[in-house]
Amino acid sequence: MTPFLYEKVSERGDALSLGTHPGAAYLGGGTNLVDLMREAIARPTLLVDVTGLSCKIEEDEKGGLRIGAGVKNTAVATDRRVRARFPLLAQAILAGASAQIRNMATVGGNVLQRTRCAYFYDDEAHCNKRSPGSGCDAIGGFNRNHAILGASPACAATHPSDMCVALAALDATVSIDGPRGSRDLPLTDFHRLPGDAPEIDTELRSGELITSIVLPSNGFSKRSSYRKVRDRSSYAFALVSVAAALELDGGRIKNVRLALGGVAHKPWRAHVAEAALAGRPATEAFFAEAAEAELRDAKGLRDNTFKIKLAKRVIVDSLVKLSNAKDAPR
Amino acid sequence: MSIVQAALKKAIALAPDSWIPGGSPDPLIRERHGHVGQPVSRIDGPLKVAGKARFAAEFPIEGLTYAALHYSSVAKGRIVEIRTSEAEQAPGVVLVMTHRNAPSLAKAPAFGTNPKAAGGDDLAIMQDDRIHWNGQAVALVLAETQEQADHAQSLIRVDYEVDAASTSFEQAIADGTEPGQFMGEPLKLRIGDADALFATAPAKVDATYRTPGHNHNPIELHAATLAWSGDELRVHDASQAVTHAAWTLSQIFGIKEEQVHVTSPFVGGGFGSKTLWHHQILGAAAARLAKRPVRIVLSREGVFRTVGGRAPTEQRVALGARRDGTFDAIIHTGVTAMTPHNAMTEPFIIATRSLYAAKSFRLEVDTVKLNTVANTFMRAPGEAVGTFALESAIDELAAEIGMDPIELRIRNEPERDPTQGLPFSQRGIVAAWRAGAERFEWYKRQQRPRSVRDGDWLVGLGCATATYPYYRMPGGAARITVTRDGRAIVAVAAHEMGMGTATAQTQVIADRLGLSMDQVKFHYGDTSLPGIVLAGGSQQTASVGAGVVAAHRALVAEMLKLAGNDSPLAGLHPSEVGGFDGGLCALDDHDRRESYASILARAQRTEISVEAEASMPLEMQHWSMHSHAAMFCEARVNEVTGEVRISRFLGSFDCGRILNPKTAASQFRGGIIMGLGLALMEETQLDERTGRIMNPSLAEYHVPVHLDVPAIDVIWTDEADPRTPMGARGVGEIGITGVGAAVANAVFNATGKRVRDLPITLDKLL
Repeated sequence: MTPFLYEKVSERGDALSLGTHPGAAYLGGGTNLVDLMREAIARPTLLVDVTGLSCKIEEDEKGGLRIGAGVKNTAVATDRRVRARFPLLAQAILAGASAQIRNMATVGGNVLQRTRCAYFYDDEAHCNKRSPGSGCDAIGGFNRNHAILGASPACAATHPSDMCVALAALDATVSIDGPRGSRDLPLTDFHRLPGDAPEIDTELRSGELITSIVLPSNGFSKRSSYRKVRDRSSYAFALVSVAAALELDGGRIKNVRLALGGVAHKPWRAHVAEAALAGRPATEAFFAEAAEAELRDAKGLRDNTFKIKLAKRVIVDSLVKLSNAKDAPR
Repeated sequence: MSIVQAALKKAIALAPDSWIPGGSPDPLIRERHGHVGQPVSRIDGPLKVAGKARFAAEFPIEGLTYAALHYSSVAKGRIVEIRTSEAEQAPGVVLVMTHRNAPSLAKAPAFGTNPKAAGGDDLAIMQDDRIHWNGQAVALVLAETQEQADHAQSLIRVDYEVDAASTSFEQAIADGTEPGQFMGEPLKLRIGDADALFATAPAKVDATYRTPGHNHNPIELHAATLAWSGDELRVHDASQAVTHAAWTLSQIFGIKEEQVHVTSPFVGGGFGSKTLWHHQILGAAAARLAKRPVRIVLSREGVFRTVGGRAPTEQRVALGARRDGTFDAIIHTGVTAMTPHNAMTEPFIIATRSLYAAKSFRLEVDTVKLNTVANTFMRAPGEAVGTFALESAIDELAAEIGMDPIELRIRNEPERDPTQGLPFSQRGIVAAWRAGAERFEWYKRQQRPRSVRDGDWLVGLGCATATYPYYRMPGGAARITVTRDGRAIVAVAAHEMGMGTATAQTQVIADRLGLSMDQVKFHYGDTSLPGIVLAGGSQQTASVGAGVVAAHRALVAEMLKLAGNDSPLAGLHPSEVGGFDGGLCALDDHDRRESYASILARAQRTEISVEAEASMPLEMQHWSMHSHAAMFCEARVNEVTGEVRISRFLGSFDCGRILNPKTAASQFRGGIIMGLGLALMEETQLDERTGRIMNPSLAEYHVPVHLDVPAIDVIWTDEADPRTPMGARGVGEIGITGVGAAVANAVFNATGKRVRDLPITLDKLL
């Protein structure tokens, strides 16, 4: 680990002014950044501890929630309002990491966690994300956990968050503050596809700080589910995960949200499938057609081609189960 | 095998039983009211929960320095340049050691090349610029703190000249194989013409099974605290072979064996990995160079890079049977990997040598060499993966001929060892099958796959035989000291790796001496104590037991001499006397007795101390000695996702007498859990392009989490083996065997899909 300075701040203004310092990095729970520092992949010279900022969950008049970036993952997952109105989010958070990690990890840090690609973590491997222009060893190597959608010849890494998949499905917004003022971005636009600059994970600019996540109210609390498929029962990243939410009007689909995890460089909002389903009858045949359409451009690598089939199956199964659910499934 | 060895082996096989250790059963077997067989809690439990049990990396030494290793990033070649100046100037750095300044060291004697050799490989360590595998330590940094050492290590830069390396198992097989050897014997056995009988058999299966490489992951990281005083080396090690480690270090450093003192009072898991690897040797070399004591603790990545694991295998099993299931031919052949720098072949045919009767056998292990870290012993080397192939094939044959797989196994139960012709010392596998089948409600199993469904989950039952040999290696010894206050200290250079050795041995010794447990102290884990006792091959209990038997015999003889003619024991031969109620008594007349205190007082002695060596372990060549278990698994496979979940598991064991049901059950369950990992998830990802292990962490190298493990039921026959000390056989390794096949067979019963490549991941079932 490279030596660094550490400052804990209690005012956002202090955070922002320290955050512009070259080599500065904001520190949340440290469950990812500290690992990256230990492996000398991240080498910040100044850590600005922001865990004392934005630690509240507030509600708006319509029943939406604003979750402070410093709120711990466990606190979100156990919040009564979250569990009642956004059970999908609680499920997704609880599917991730371990209880100990969730107790430490913050919402803002979760959004900003970096890929778990083994070649990114190994300083001796070629990785365009860690060392731009050096090549990608994952594409010809072990890539079971890698992307089938939106990858580029430069990078096939996946975003590891479960929480963000639920946030993508729930139309969440990321509130940002920075040296040049504050702004909001839809979560689905916050993370980038790798393209030819995989070293840039998100649209966050230098010195900017996530301050909160905003969840608009919705009608999905009765029919939503997060299904995570992985290589062991707990403490493993998703091979494929599906956040699904459904609003029915009789036998027809009034509203549907679908997002996939473990398949792309970002939480993958399934816009194609959603568009294919809007207003259609809620039947397995239509679900299958929509899943097929969403995965039409999917490309497998040596070890992960099975994910294409798996993703389709889990999409269909999730939607079938949601449409059959009589009451709020939990 | 030489002619002399072969003749001796034959002579031992044919000798009368009474000439062989175990010829007259250990009198302790008859003892049914003592401590043996009681579920005694671990005597070191309170120390451990209070944090007072001191592990290798916790011994305080004045002036300690901390070590960090820098690993090579190429598999083969030589170091052209190694730039260390930045590291040398980093804060707190005491020393940077590379091949340019390391002290001169002899080659490490590799395990298996000498009775006391403990080296994971036979390389001359840090003596030249050669790279033998990707991950080999090429530099060691010593600093005042661990963090300083870790940081300085990251500043080292190395340029390599790269040679072509062999890093693909598949490619190496295509390039040609060599015959394998295990413990000096060829892994090759032919009886009859198996190929001809197989060709004409009316029922047959012929399939290839593959198992990947595995890495060791004991909770306690490999560590040592080392200090020199002149030419004397003190090592606090995490070791399952203290005497072996000391001898091997003495060879490497050119000093006398007595000049190396290794202690290892507590070990946080070994599984075959806690022998002598480069870190202890480099730690000692650096301590010598820096003239400071050294602590070296491998990181988890360091364990993956520098401590070997289980080699990959590709196995063919071909079974030829008659329509009634009787085996005519068993062919079990295949290839495993090793390295140019070790002598360890994963002997996957061992179980097949003794499990079933057949008219003919052809068993062969061939090897290829890979440029990787040396593979090594990992819980039931051979049997763990060999039984996956054999017991899967038997399940395939049972399905083929429409026979219950348990009945097929019992149909082929041998009367004598099927390949050696020796009588069995004790064999209760049929009883274990019957008891297990009843308890698991095996009768509920549907023979036809895909017959049982529970929501999205297809449910199946599978079973397999588990087996592990009884071993006892030469070198057992013990010292018993009895003091006038009627207490005893028994000292053996044995090991406590968490399995309960100290507890079980204290129980045994208390019964043998006729004392209570708190009157007995068991000293172990120290090279100053007697014996060459490896905590490996599930043999430590027998080895210590035999040493104690010998020392006890000597003690009784000495005590009888001291007791003299005025004792109620006068005139008795040592063989007629045993320990009872704080003293000695005639075995057939408990009223003829005298307490230790009384004998010592009369002789005006404060204590008596005897030391003796165990008999040679000839029993292994006179009888066929094996433990067995019947493993039962209920697996659920998700029809949508292919996910496998194990919902029930039972192990029904036949391992001789169980000395401590509590610690033995832990060993059985732990073995089964490791077996579930082998079946479902463990896999070392070796990138064939670079020879580098790409999942060197517990996040990426999957072992089961709690949620993957159901409540595991274990039962046992508790039938004593009359030919072993205490009637017991080892319990440490058998639990992992058979599990891979039991799971695969249950998955087949659930889904109709036969997975022959471990691990059984969901993509193979989609």
